[in-house]
Amino acid sequence: MAMSRKIATIGKECVACGCCVRVCPKEALRIAWGISARVDPDKCVGCGKCAKVCPAAVIDLAERSAAAV
Amino acid sequence: MKKSNMKKMKKKWSDYLWIVELCYLFLGLFNILFAWLGMLFFSIPLILALFGGSKVYCNRYCGRGQLFGLLGEKLKLSRNTPPPKFLRRPWFRYGFLTFFMIMFGLMLFSTYRVFTGAPLSQTVTLLWVFKLPWQWADVSFVSPWIGQFAFGFFGVMLTSTVLGLVTMVLFRPRSWCVYCPMGTMTQGICRLKNGKKAKEDGKTGEEDRRTFENAG
Repeated sequence: MAMSRKIATIGKECVACGCCVRVCPKEALRIAWGISARVDPDKCVGCGKCAKVCPAAVIDLAERSAAAV
Repeated sequence: MKKSNMKKMKKKWSDYLWIVELCYLFLGLFNILFAWLGMLFFSIPLILALFGGSKVYCNRYCGRGQLFGLLGEKLKLSRNTPPPKFLRRPWFRYGFLTFFMIMFGLMLFSTYRVFTGAPLSQTVTLLWVFKLPWQWADVSFVSPWIGQFAFGFFGVMLTSTVLGLVTMVLFRPRSWCVYCPMGTMTQGICRLKNGKKAKEDGKTGEEDRRTFENAG
């Protein structure tokens, strides 16, 4: 399956509220250890829904580019 | 429709906890002693963070967050703009938590004073300043300190609700979650409990960002 061009990235000031987890249509986000949200690069399609709801505005969309891990 | 999407759309009991929050606020208006139930909203997240090491309460069971989400998203009461950056800064979040705890401590102290014989004050303090008269409340059938704690605690809950509503309207629906003292406290507990494990586990969210920034 072709990878999306963009991917969600989480800033260090994530408050781990879980809003992003709820809206992600691909279940690509989870709250790890109650500390921060994490993105599964294989599942994220870069739709940006998480960035729109993040109350702390710490989610950005970045170019996936060559580094897709 | 895909099975996973159907699963997502199916609502769970925990999606209706906003009703509990609404009931709490209304019950408190009718009988101030119901304010004691608010202790559950304080203790459950702490217990889950201390013993479970997670923020599952914020993530799934916070009725207040759900209520703000509903008001902001479904009823479109929110401007839905990103909140100012200072709101998410650790100095602000931990400063607000400290302030909140000091005010909570003062409320406990006034309860203690009533316990030791001081007269009951039948007011609910909103936003730490405004004393709302609450004379219709009948607390004569319980010890005065029980009533005093209820007045104080309902003030704390009402204050946080008002702040949450204001930031819900001004910014994103769940902006309260960014500086909620309980959220800050439970995240702090999780950091203390799981910080090492999280590092061993692999990338943190910040590392995710760096990976892609370097790549881009």
